[in-house]
Amino acid sequence: MFDNLALIVGRLSEGLSTTVAAAVGGILLTVVFSLAAGLGMLSQVGVVRVVSRTYVEFFRGTSEIVQLFWIFFVLPALTGFRIVPLGAAILVLALNHGAYGGEIVRGAVQSVPRAQVEGAVALSLSPRDRMLRVILPQALVEMLPPFNNLFIQLLKSTSLLSLVVVAEITYIGQSLRANLPVAGQLTIYLVLLVMYLVLALLITAGMRWLERRAAARLGRTPRARTPGSRFQVGTAS
Amino acid sequence: MIWDWGYAIEILPALLRGLLVTLLATLLGSLLAFTLGLVFAVVRRNRVPVLDPLVRAFVEFWRSTPLLVQAFLIFYVLPGYGITLSPLTAGVLALGLHYACYTSEVYRAGIDAVPRGQWEAATALSLPRSRVWLGVVLPQAVPRVLPALGNYVISMFKEVPLLLAIGVVEVVTVAQQLTAQSFSPVEPLTLAGLLFLLISYPASLAVRRLERRVGVV
Repeated sequence: MFDNLALIVGRLSEGLSTTVAAAVGGILLTVVFSLAAGLGMLSQVGVVRVVSRTYVEFFRGTSEIVQLFWIFFVLPALTGFRIVPLGAAILVLALNHGAYGGEIVRGAVQSVPRAQVEGAVALSLSPRDRMLRVILPQALVEMLPPFNNLFIQLLKSTSLLSLVVVAEITYIGQSLRANLPVAGQLTIYLVLLVMYLVLALLITAGMRWLERRAAARLGRTPRARTPGSRFQVGTAS
Repeated sequence: MIWDWGYAIEILPALLRGLLVTLLATLLGSLLAFTLGLVFAVVRRNRVPVLDPLVRAFVEFWRSTPLLVQAFLIFYVLPGYGITLSPLTAGVLALGLHYACYTSEVYRAGIDAVPRGQWEAATALSLPRSRVWLGVVLPQAVPRVLPALGNYVISMFKEVPLLLAIGVVEVVTVAQQLTAQSFSPVEPLTLAGLLFLLISYPASLAVRRLERRVGVV
C-alpha cells in the first residue's frame, strides 16, 4: 500500500513551505484585522463602529471561496492590478478570519469585569493605559483559546489556495494523483491529512504556551479546558 | 466595462439554479451531520468499549484537517475500491462526515448540561436505556444546542462551494462557467457572493434570536 510513500512524502514536502507561509502570514495578519475590527466595534465613534460591524458581517456572510475567487479574478479585471498569488491569498485568509476574530476580541474585551475598568478610571489611568495595561491583558487570556480554533480553521483554509493554483501541499497532491495507482492516490491524501494534523497540533502547542504565559502575567494558572471548548468559535454567521 | 446590469439580470436565473444545488447539498449534509454527530456523541457518552476511543481519535483527526482534502479522498480514491459516487453524493458525504465531528461535540455539551438528577430519576424509575435517552435526556439536550447546530449549518452552507473541486455544479461553479463564456468574472462572482450574504446574514440573525430564546449551553 505504501510503495510510493517516500516519493509522495518527498514531493508533498516541496509545498510545505508555501502552506506554512500562507498559514503564518494569514495568522499574523488575522490578528491585526481581529484587533482592529474587535476594538472598532467597541469604539465611542459611531462611524468606526458601523465600518467595523459592516466589515465583520460582510466577510462572515459571503463564502470564503467566493472571496478568494473575487480577489483573484474580479479585482484584476476591474482594476488591472497584477496580483501576487501568495500575497493575495494571505490577504483573503486574513480578511475572512479577521472578521471572525473581531467577534472574539469584542467578546473578550466585554467579558472583562466592569469593576476593572472602574478601578482603572479611579486610578486616573489614561484611556490608552486603561486599554493596554488593564483591559487587554485580561481579555487576552479569554481570547487565546478561541483564537486557537480560528487559526486551525485558517490552516485548513490554506488548502483552498490549491483552487487558485498556489502550489501548496494540496495542489501538489492533486497534481501527483493522475500518475499513481489507487493505492498511491490513497497514500497522497492520507499523507496530506497527516501533514495538516501535525501543523494543527503545532498551532495548538504554540497557543497553549501563550495561554500559560498570558495567565502567568496575571498571576493566574490557566483554566483546564473543558472538552468541546475548542468548538465555541463565537457565533458563526 | 464596470458593471453590466443587463448581463447581471440575464445570468441571475442560472445562478439561482446553482444556489438550489448549494442549498440541497447543505440540507443533505446537515441531516447527515446531525444524525452521525448524535451517534458519535452517544457512543462517547456511553463509553462504548473499543468504539469510544476510535470515535474520539477520528473526531480529533478529522476536524483538524481540511474538508477539501477529505472530499478529494472520498471522490477520487473510493472508486478505486469499487465505490463510485456522483459528485453530489461524495460532496454530501464529505460535508456530513466533517461537520458530524463538530456536531458530536455540540451534542456532548448539551447532554452534559442535562442535570444529574434527571439521569438518577430515570434510573430510579428503571426506565430502559432507550427510553432514558429518547424520552428524558435528548428532549432536554437537543433544544438547547439548536443555535449551535444552526451556526454549523450556516458554516457548511458557505463551505459548499469548495465541492466545485470535485465537480458539484453549485453556484460558484455556475459563476465560473458563465465567466468562461463571457470572459467577464465581475458580474457572476459578485452576484454569487451577494447570494451567499443574502441567505447567510438573515439566517445568522435568526440563529442569534433563537440563542436568546433558549439560552446558551
